[in-house]
Amino acid sequence: MAPIIEVKQLERVFGTNRAVDGMTFHVEPGEVFGLLGPNGAGKTTTVRLLNGILPPSGGSARVFGLDPATDGQRVRQQTGVLTETPALYERSTARQNLEFFGTLAGIPEQTLGQKVTDILAFFGLQDRANDKVETYSKGMKQRLALARALVHEPPLLFLDEPTSGLDPEAAQHVNALIADLSHRNGQTIILATHNLVEAQRLCDRVAVMNKGRILAMGSLKELSRKLWPVTWVDITFWRAPAESALGALKAQRGVMQVTGQGEAWQVQVESDEAIPQVVQRLVADGASILKVNPRDYTLEDIYFALQAGEK
Amino acid sequence: MNWRSIWAIVRKDLREVMQNKMVWAPALIVPLVFAVVLPLVMIIVPQMIPVEDVQRELGDMDALLNSMPAALKTIFDGKSIEQMFVIYMMGFTFAPMFLIMPIMFSSVIGSDSFAGERERKTMEALLYAPTSDLELFIGKVLTALIPAISLSWLAFLINIIVVNIASYPLFGRIWFPLETWWPLMFWLTPALAVLGISATVLISSRVKTFMEAYQTSSSLVLVVLVLIIGQVSGVMFLGVAAEMIIGLFVWLVDAVLIYLSVTKFNRSALIAKL
Repeated sequence: MAPIIEVKQLERVFGTNRAVDGMTFHVEPGEVFGLLGPNGAGKTTTVRLLNGILPPSGGSARVFGLDPATDGQRVRQQTGVLTETPALYERSTARQNLEFFGTLAGIPEQTLGQKVTDILAFFGLQDRANDKVETYSKGMKQRLALARALVHEPPLLFLDEPTSGLDPEAAQHVNALIADLSHRNGQTIILATHNLVEAQRLCDRVAVMNKGRILAMGSLKELSRKLWPVTWVDITFWRAPAESALGALKAQRGVMQVTGQGEAWQVQVESDEAIPQVVQRLVADGASILKVNPRDYTLEDIYFALQAGEK
Repeated sequence: MNWRSIWAIVRKDLREVMQNKMVWAPALIVPLVFAVVLPLVMIIVPQMIPVEDVQRELGDMDALLNSMPAALKTIFDGKSIEQMFVIYMMGFTFAPMFLIMPIMFSSVIGSDSFAGERERKTMEALLYAPTSDLELFIGKVLTALIPAISLSWLAFLINIIVVNIASYPLFGRIWFPLETWWPLMFWLTPALAVLGISATVLISSRVKTFMEAYQTSSSLVLVVLVLIIGQVSGVMFLGVAAEMIIGLFVWLVDAVLIYLSVTKFNRSALIAKL
């Protein structure tokens, strides 16, 4: 299947500031793709470029095979965008907000009312549908903004900092809705965020950005492999093993390094396949193993390693 | 052109406007003053004060009447002193004051629709909607134009009723409006409303808040003040021909401003201001 988004050497310059500086990536249908980076990394500008709100200064972008710079209106018919601030009409009701944006999106008059009712129910807002948005809590506003982005059932959804400014409970609720969209509906989602926990939970692949450039891109596993080609294993013993076990382990094939002392050792191995052999060797040498823990890298580890490298 | 989207923008903006007191309060008060309060004062007062006082006033007005074009002066032929006073005040002096309304309404509503939308941080979501720049522009211009023109015309209609009822004891017939009011209301008023909104679009692209946009665009009222001073001082009378010429000039200025506004009103320029 052809990628939904294809970006090649995309650039956007504001005066002397290169907000987007030669980005290249693609997004497959049904994928949740994260754009991660600090404020000013170029995430929001990328979302704007891909929706034809801003023209690029260089490079090219294709969304559904269309150039957003020249076919922005047709691109936007197939996208929904959750902006960083909910950007809702506070003096209007939730229903009026959704009916307005549904009309702009071209939903026929005959089906608009039912569609709005359905989506309000999906986001748990049906009881407050006719209340003015200014009376809503932050979490409810964010859910309504998400409903607005989805009211015309776009195949591609852009979420710009979807949980920014929400309390943990509301953020969890919004994240659950996003996960639901992705898993149940197979929705293609671009998630622009600096919330790494959220990105790790939701994204299939991420692009870590800084100063308009992509520092690295891939799944969590791919990025971990790129940054740390070897695996560290933390081993905890019931009792400290004999000195001879340490020497034997260091000589073991696939083992690169052993550190630590007493009941806690850290073993660096070439690959995950070497771990069972390490365990067998230690058991054979009489060690009583309590716990073997191959070290998993979080997106946070990856992110900060990449940003530190950039500095 | 998707007119369904355009009308959706108009309806939404008008709904927002109706809930902003700073916008609709002047739209209520100004027509009330111009179409009801002042005409009643001007018509009732000369009927209550001694005729000599009116005579004295008209003595000063003789010079004004003499400077009037001959065609306009004929309106006063055979009229009593009180009738002349009322005709002069209601027929001429008040006429350019009505031109304040289209400019004021289109400026205040336009400022709320353009700069206000940005100030309330709702513009970004609108820009992501699948409408063209031109549809957005037309929707927002109509939001200001429709109420500006219709409120001006409604005030005019109320003024006609109030003036004729209040002055009926004096004239014994329906005499208002004079023929000079027709081009004023149906040629100059729309032209000035367009002037107000097109200037507001340009100003809104440079300022950040509703108040900044409103205060700057409201300075266009100075154009009307020139006409009022000209009329009151007798330097210039707004006859039909003068109104048609001034209207044509304003429409030409409108064409230039609209062209500039359309070129300025695009998503990339608007998003850069957020």
